[in-house]
Amino acid sequence: MTETPARGNDPRLVIEYAINEKDFLVAGESASKTKKALQQLGLKAEVVKNTAIIVYEAAMNVVIHANRGMLRIVIVPGEVLVLTEDVGPGIPDIDLAMQEGYSTATEEIREMGFGAGMGLPNIKQCSDDLKIKSEPGVGTTLEARIYLTQKEGIRREER
Amino acid sequence: MTLRDVRDILDAKVLYGEQLLDREVKTGFACDLVSEMLAHATSGTLLITSLANPHVIHTAEVMDAVGVIFVGRKKLNSSMFNAVTNSKIPVLATDYLIFNCCGLLFEHGIEGAKRGRLQ
Repeated sequence: MTETPARGNDPRLVIEYAINEKDFLVAGESASKTKKALQQLGLKAEVVKNTAIIVYEAAMNVVIHANRGMLRIVIVPGEVLVLTEDVGPGIPDIDLAMQEGYSTATEEIREMGFGAGMGLPNIKQCSDDLKIKSEPGVGTTLEARIYLTQKEGIRREER
Repeated sequence: MTLRDVRDILDAKVLYGEQLLDREVKTGFACDLVSEMLAHATSGTLLITSLANPHVIHTAEVMDAVGVIFVGRKKLNSSMFNAVTNSKIPVLATDYLIFNCCGLLFEHGIEGAKRGRLQ
């Protein structure tokens, strides 16, 4: 994990994690650390929770499905961005993958409590904007954004 | 109701968080699927599960759970213990299985957490 703190006129925080295949614990640990970092920034509890959920699910998707990848959380005054980029099989049909209950996870994954086909729907529910780009045989990029007001980190629809 | 009351009702062993038992339990949520826990995450809820692994602890932390009840005589292994001490989530273990555990808590006034984001 690397963390770049806020500096002068560039008030943003960037947290990065490398994700390796079968490193199942990195997902929960990165969600936990992200939550603490965002709490320290004073963001609203709902924003903190939604970001942590996105991080958990997105990182777990990389661990489960890809060969390796990168998780990046970027906090700027107007938004929180969760980005994952992976090298792996990609998603052949994104619309199908977005359906609640659809999963290609193995039995081993399911025994850990994952692979219920709710990861992407959960991410969508927690984000204000979600973009997924995938190339079969190459990899997948996911960008989930939560919009903030300038001061308090309140989601736009609540203003 | 506090976690201390929950411990007494379920005759539970405190695996972590003896000093955190004054926390108030608002609602209960029983589940063995991590994504379902995250989908229905409501703050202040008590997570009741037979899934004993470090993911459950991280999930409880992310969902702002007040504590975790492991049903059916679970213990903490080393990776779970690391997760627990980092997250400061109280963890209790009861011999009751999930149905009776939920039934007893319901009988004492703990209601189910309302459905979360995914309707």
